[in-house]
Amino acid sequence: MCDTCGCNVTTGNKHLLKPGGKLSRTADGQQSITVLKSLLNENDQQAGHNREHFEKYKVLAINLMSSPGAGKTALLEATIDQLKDKYRIAVIEGDLETENDAKRIRAKGIAAIQITTGSACHLDAHMVHDALHQLDLGSLDIIFIENVGNLVCPASFDLGQHQNVVLLSVTEGDDKPAKYPVMFRAADLMLLTKTDLLPVLDDFDPQQARHYLHNLANPAPVIELSATKNSGLSSWIEWLEQQIDSHQHTAITHAHKHA
Amino acid sequence: MHELSLCYGLLKQVEQIANEQQARQVSAIYLQVGPLSGVEIKLLKQSFPIASQGTIAEGARLEIENLPVRIHCRNCEEESAVKNNQLCCPHCHSASIQLLSGDEMLLHSIKLNQEPYHV
Repeated sequence: MCDTCGCNVTTGNKHLLKPGGKLSRTADGQQSITVLKSLLNENDQQAGHNREHFEKYKVLAINLMSSPGAGKTALLEATIDQLKDKYRIAVIEGDLETENDAKRIRAKGIAAIQITTGSACHLDAHMVHDALHQLDLGSLDIIFIENVGNLVCPASFDLGQHQNVVLLSVTEGDDKPAKYPVMFRAADLMLLTKTDLLPVLDDFDPQQARHYLHNLANPAPVIELSATKNSGLSSWIEWLEQQIDSHQHTAITHAHKHA
Repeated sequence: MHELSLCYGLLKQVEQIANEQQARQVSAIYLQVGPLSGVEIKLLKQSFPIASQGTIAEGARLEIENLPVRIHCRNCEEESAVKNNQLCCPHCHSASIQLLSGDEMLLHSIKLNQEPYHV
């Protein structure tokens, strides 16, 4: 949500924008001021700034979100193996503590910036901005931001990313989209991970997970994969390459318009 | 989710406006919050007195309007109130909907006291 395009004006508050509604003095001598700004205004502005950094260097930014242990880092390792000869990749890792995930990524020969949030349960646009300044954006095609494992808070914080990818591992409940609608509504792509375990799990139905996502009126595609067993990865890689292509194409068209 | 930090952000915005208007005191703050924003109203209300201590908004009344989740169906053109995890049209079951309200997390307005101090 932003404060410039009017998307913050809803049926609940639009009457205030009528003449005389914006700023008025009440009978008791007090002044009432209509603001209509997001409570996350500061973060949203920083996210817009991050997006400008990405656009300038035509870098695609993907925000990965899930519960802890859904396989975000394993997915990144497998993705790097498939894409590192073709694209220039970097990873921003968010965790409360440790450099463990960044070390796993660096072991693949890829730059990784670890953000340790202390007790904060999500990344915000300011933390990502600080990390961006440690990277040479001009030498990158794609940045993965691995958010803090949490299905609640990260959904509300725009980081400046182009796409949100939400992972749901089959060891969790297939009703997670119904339980965490804010998160799954934000997904541009849902990945069902660890699908190699499906034969031993009788309580996770991928169709049910898709059904709950559909109930959120979210048309995001769903891909089933296992990063460690290398199954279903080709659909994910294909999706990523489409994003990179269309992003670079958009960036070039945009540059021409401004030339 | 992170209601205390949201409160600090809110107070920053409120203080800025109050300073611009040269207000003496903020008497009330009105927010609009929908269930799809992820904000817990109860936690926000608990956080506010802690976060506002020593600020121009200390003691201000915090009123939070809980907006319902409402959709407009692009298929059958009906408007409906729906649950926050069942956003498809309840009439024709279409997923082609527009959210009319329910994801707001807005500082709606503030009330300022600009009367001069009486010595």
